[in-house]
Amino acid sequence: MTKVSMTVNGRQVSGDVEDRTLLVHFIRDRLGLTGTHVGCDTSQCGACVVHMDGKAIKSCSTLAVQAAGSSITTIEGLAKDGELHPVQAAFKANHGLQCGFCTPGMVMAAVDMINRHGGNLDEATVRENLEGNICRCTGYHNIVKAILAAAAEMSAGRQAAE
Amino acid sequence: MGVEGIGARVARKEDKRFLTGKGRYTDDMVVPGMKYAAFVRSPHAHARIRGIDSSAAEGMPGVIGVLNGKQMLDDGIGNLICGWMIHSKDGSPMKMGAWRPIAHDTVRYVGDAVAVVVADSVGEARDAAEAVVVDYEELPAVTDAVMALEPARPQLHPEAAGNLIYDWALGTGEAETDAAIAAAAHVTEMTIVNNRLAPNAMEPRAALGVYDAADDHYTCYTTSQNPHVARLVMSAFYNVAPENKLRVIAPDVGGGFGSKIFIYPEEIVCLWASKRTGVPVKWTSDRTEAFLTDAHGRDHHSTVKMAFDADNRITALKVDTIANFGAYMSLFSSAVPTYLYATLLSGQYDIPAIHANVRAVYTNTAPVDAYRGAGRPEATFLLERTMETAARELGISPAELRRKNFIRSFPHQTPVIMNYDAGDYEASLEAAMREADWAGFGARKAEAERRGKKRGIGMSCYIEACGIAPSAAVGSLGAGVGLWESAEVRVNAVGTIEVLTGSHSHGQGHETTFAQLVADRFGVPIDSVSIVHGDTDKVQMGMGTYGSRSGAVGMSAIVKALDKVEAKAKKIAAHLMEADEGDIVIENGEAKVAGTDKTVPWFQVALAAYTAHNLPAGMEPGLKEGAFYDPSNFTFPAGCYICEVEVDPETGKTGIVQFVAADDFGNIINPMIVEGQVHGGIAQGIGQALLEGVHYDPQTGQLLTASYMDYAMPRAHDLPSFKVSHQNTPCPNNPLGIKGCGEAGAIGSPPALINAITDAIGNNDLTMPATPQKVWAAVNAAQ
Amino acid sequence: MYATNYHRASSVADALRLKGASDEAKYVSGGMTLIPTMKQRLAAPSDLVDLRHIAEMKGITVSGGRVRIGAGTTHAEVAQSAEIKAACPALAHLASLIGDPQVRHMGTIGGSIANNDPAADYPSAMLALAATIVTDRREIAADDFFTGLFETALQDDEIVVAVTFAPPERAGYSKFPNPASRYAMTGVFVAKGPGGVRVGVTGAGANGVFRHAAMEAALTGNFSAQALSGVTTDPSELLSDIHGSAEYRANLVNVMARRAVAAA
Repeated sequence: MTKVSMTVNGRQVSGDVEDRTLLVHFIRDRLGLTGTHVGCDTSQCGACVVHMDGKAIKSCSTLAVQAAGSSITTIEGLAKDGELHPVQAAFKANHGLQCGFCTPGMVMAAVDMINRHGGNLDEATVRENLEGNICRCTGYHNIVKAILAAAAEMSAGRQAAE
Repeated sequence: MGVEGIGARVARKEDKRFLTGKGRYTDDMVVPGMKYAAFVRSPHAHARIRGIDSSAAEGMPGVIGVLNGKQMLDDGIGNLICGWMIHSKDGSPMKMGAWRPIAHDTVRYVGDAVAVVVADSVGEARDAAEAVVVDYEELPAVTDAVMALEPARPQLHPEAAGNLIYDWALGTGEAETDAAIAAAAHVTEMTIVNNRLAPNAMEPRAALGVYDAADDHYTCYTTSQNPHVARLVMSAFYNVAPENKLRVIAPDVGGGFGSKIFIYPEEIVCLWASKRTGVPVKWTSDRTEAFLTDAHGRDHHSTVKMAFDADNRITALKVDTIANFGAYMSLFSSAVPTYLYATLLSGQYDIPAIHANVRAVYTNTAPVDAYRGAGRPEATFLLERTMETAARELGISPAELRRKNFIRSFPHQTPVIMNYDAGDYEASLEAAMREADWAGFGARKAEAERRGKKRGIGMSCYIEACGIAPSAAVGSLGAGVGLWESAEVRVNAVGTIEVLTGSHSHGQGHETTFAQLVADRFGVPIDSVSIVHGDTDKVQMGMGTYGSRSGAVGMSAIVKALDKVEAKAKKIAAHLMEADEGDIVIENGEAKVAGTDKTVPWFQVALAAYTAHNLPAGMEPGLKEGAFYDPSNFTFPAGCYICEVEVDPETGKTGIVQFVAADDFGNIINPMIVEGQVHGGIAQGIGQALLEGVHYDPQTGQLLTASYMDYAMPRAHDLPSFKVSHQNTPCPNNPLGIKGCGEAGAIGSPPALINAITDAIGNNDLTMPATPQKVWAAVNAAQ
Repeated sequence: MYATNYHRASSVADALRLKGASDEAKYVSGGMTLIPTMKQRLAAPSDLVDLRHIAEMKGITVSGGRVRIGAGTTHAEVAQSAEIKAACPALAHLASLIGDPQVRHMGTIGGSIANNDPAADYPSAMLALAATIVTDRREIAADDFFTGLFETALQDDEIVVAVTFAPPERAGYSKFPNPASRYAMTGVFVAKGPGGVRVGVTGAGANGVFRHAAMEAALTGNFSAQALSGVTTDPSELLSDIHGSAEYRANLVNVMARRAVAAA
């Protein structure tokens, strides 16, 4: 057992874990944040995507002990003051989700994608950047639409703020 | 149509919880004292179990118990069953071999459960499962259904000689069909293989069994599309517990596509193990376990003859299909290649003679059952590949050949049971060709040629049958259950409404569309309507969601209940306003007397029903009504799909340039959700045609595609954005005119894609999935 | 996953010490291959020594005619590096094709080459660029480094610290991903550098990454896609699996090589 401490959604947390505990299981089982999901064993489906120190990673392929000392954001940490994040709002407006299982990972990957590309996203770039996220329900059509809409809105918001 | 009523693109009520990580899936459930199960699974495709030594495992850290199939047998847990009886041509019943939840004498596929460990943590359970020593006597295995029928192949079940489960036929007599073929001006003959698929709902299956010794009561949280059916089957056949002692809860479920209809060994084991060990037991599949044990889909091998007269009209169709059932007969497996397949072999065409023969076969592979479309994709692929091939052989355009043979008057009785009630196949064909700019394809092909790419275009005109179907009819065909649906509409004293439905949502958006239906009826906001589903203790009864039946059947039951609520509400309103019941109209959240300015707000009608201070004489208090709806016929969604591809001849890689869907779903409640269903279905169909395929090693029976490293799932960049439109003819046989939309995409798309690729490369000899390697080889063979 | 013990190294020396304390320890960097392998119970290191926090293994520098990439540099960092884009854009392109965005945020160049997965991208570039693999104790030429499937010249406790190479005059990478795993079914890196033309092929070889001598010869006098038109690839030394036969891979090697040259 090792004591790990990290910041999760802005809160300092710690817990004793077996070293083999994956970050996703620490988040789900120890912190009770069950929005982060496990959909495969080979780090391809992306249902487990969270942000570690501001970058999207797969929490099913990272040990909790590896993440010690870092700052983690999960899907539960995205909405602020009860307001959906623009990416979450765009997924809803564009019907970018059906069963909802891949959705948290999709949203976290989308936020990271928009952070990296800013307003310079086109459909092909969005599709390439979803390489690590599998959805079985939507055919990606509305996910792509939602991400493009969110990117445009966030970019407009940034411009308005400048 | 109001902004929230029927026909409105209402954003989904359920989205917020999924988008904020507050969805509640089975694996998210935690109950006090919960422990974890790990299964010991057979590494062999076929073997006799000589012995199981679990002594080492029992002593390992955290282990609470190691249980086996013999104990399960001793406790009276029954065999898993197939719930649809099929009789062979000779009148004999299908040959169902025994399927034990945990094997105790023979294992028949890689992944067959042999024992289960319950331990304090998942890790400890898996550590101990590895330490269970099973002494196997390996037996030869067979994975291919055609080979399994050959003499001297390994035998799976003593009940099924030659591995043959049934040999079944439907339609016109064989001699009559043969005669029509012999007299034909042209016969197109093909061998068609429909590849085996793994369903791959993104949420892996899971179950949590909780036995309460004090009340002798069981609760099962499980990833099910039909919790009431699960309770019924677990109670009536598996003897887990009587129905009143068994509660089944299917909370948020992360996709099903058919794979979560069936009752699998694991949920039974979790319930039984909970009683055996005295602790709640949870099992969550990992992805490899899912590949090994989720019921697969498709896996047909068929030959087809399609006969034409000199005017290019189809005169006869003869189909011979071998269907791979895997090692055991899963819950609805027997119905898939029979009543969900052969009954659709008329397609959109007027075919006077159709003879279909289907043989169902055991092999040493995972069980095969319904997967999105279930039988209808197989029928559509066979027909539409054959039509395309015939058009090429006959030298006429694929659209022209289809037009010539379309059914144009309704109702239309086919030779294979179905009576089509309504449709306009020409309308969807025209819409799709217009949207795809079919006429401009030649120029696009020439332009691609200049870039060294081979461009092709293909179409598929599909029909399917949904909303399955009158209970008496399916009962006469062998179904073990009725296929109605139930609903209860509860108007609360303040006018808010709860709808309890036996349909189950695992992505379809029932919480929104069902609420739209209610909002539309009474003119109340959808936020005041809640949909309750997925819990046998809350919902009266239900048959669940599969076969695109939630709209056509589930919502029809709600309509019936709403009719009753409305009738009673009108009586109350009439009494309150001293008016004639026949003059009451309920809309915009109030009851009014037509032609006057007298109104009573909806909530006051509800309140009056519950205060019961001033009700019509003799009326019972309350405003709550239930209904069961039994469909009078199947519904028949249909449409035309067009796919345009560009093949890189150097690598064989196919790029989808455009994909057009023109569907007839009857009336639509929420177009946004319907389009989403089509998108997802198309993606699965493209997956089947281009990427996906389950492969077993033919010698060892090992599953070679047991993870996403080897099973190719469609990613975002494999797919284009889709062009989707509707040309609807209302269904005349249910109150809402709905046909159903859940499976169409997966049914209509594979032949369109393969027709397009074979058009591009000039070689018709191509099987699914059309991987780059296969296409490259086909390109070279054509040169 | 089997039980294991985790140790975070603060320096290369610290990592060597931690590794030396156990016979069955393994180094982990991004963990993008090792952790999934451990999850599948196909690897069972008693101890894991984490190299991800070692400052001296990070960073990209270009000086004295050499590019140096610290072994702990992530794929995302290489893909986005202005220095790499200037010195060898083909390498930045290659890094941008590895795995997916999340994997690229964790996976490192050192981890990739030390693992030497036969379908990994980087080894082909290392061969084609005549790179030098810098370890805690020596420098190894790429030609001597990759010795077989998942095998390298590294001693058991040896740590890759950096890779260095001379910027090529021209270089290109073309990859055909496996439709399922999206690893390279075939990837070809071509480079025309100070030491001549070199062609590295990954994903296709039965013994892992290899140099394609016939292509190098053909390209030496005429660095163009046309120069490769007569060159063949022998399928007998290539991988064959459910995704692609050796013959198909041989074709892909030729096609990817032509495209890599065209892109260079």
